[in-house]
Amino acid sequence: MANNTTHTIEYKTLVKILLILLFLTFITISVTSIHLGALTVTVALLIAGAKAYLVLSNFMHLKYESLLLRILVAMVFVLFALILVITFIDYAFR
Amino acid sequence: MSEKTVHVDEHRDDEASKLGMWLFIFTELLLFGGLFLVYSVFRVQYHEAFHQSSLELSVTLGALNTVILLISSMTIAMALTAMQKNDQKRALIFIGITLFCAALFLFNKYFEWGAKFHHGLYPGSELMALLDRGHLLYFSLYFFMTGLHALHIVIGMTLLIVCYFQVKNKKINNKDYVLLENGALYWHLVDLIWIFLFPLMYLIS
Repeated sequence: MANNTTHTIEYKTLVKILLILLFLTFITISVTSIHLGALTVTVALLIAGAKAYLVLSNFMHLKYESLLLRILVAMVFVLFALILVITFIDYAFR
Repeated sequence: MSEKTVHVDEHRDDEASKLGMWLFIFTELLLFGGLFLVYSVFRVQYHEAFHQSSLELSVTLGALNTVILLISSMTIAMALTAMQKNDQKRALIFIGITLFCAALFLFNKYFEWGAKFHHGLYPGSELMALLDRGHLLYFSLYFFMTGLHALHIVIGMTLLIVCYFQVKNKKINNKDYVLLENGALYWHLVDLIWIFLFPLMYLIS
């Protein structure tokens, strides 16, 4: 009764993903140590987003999951972004 | 009379198990999301204080813990790969490395928090009461968010210890490994949260 349909990810691929993640961490630290002003946060968050994407799609196997699950996960992040934007609109026009 | 054979399968639905785990992960993401929301609002309001406070944190320790968590995230993914290849021995080794990394993370956290406590900086301390609003908010959020994250590390470790013994007893095997999958998913969640916590707490300038 082979019920599990999870895709097997090879060790080599996992090592590659880790190396990219470590490289991105290194970039975040070096970028934030030079002062770019408001850009620093944007860059740090963009890199964090890229890292999160790599972890979600590879380590958490989302790349190989059903479309339904992938949409659900995306929706959580969209929901959070909406809450963030609406909160800031509220603060900006108070 | 014709005889009817009834075939009964053990009820098991791995897809549903995983979906359930994901739904739980969504609630966790929104729990931390709420805290990140509070952080963003106050960061905009007390920009200068947040910047000054963040300089108090050790980027080296934070970076070290980031590396440790990323490695542990990979090893638990490898444990799943090993299980799928029916390699029990390797799976156990990989879960063991993950647990070791988790303990190392907490060990660093202990020193990091310990240094703050030593300087009299901890929730409810006299020093905290003297801080102005911006600094107070930053350190309260720092202790609460990293504390809640550390609690998740402990929960994740417990879950992985259970997985370790289940693999050892062959309750988790290459035909039925959904528990290990869900344990790994939880561990990746802990990693995922730290990916955002680290730059926001340690690296803002």
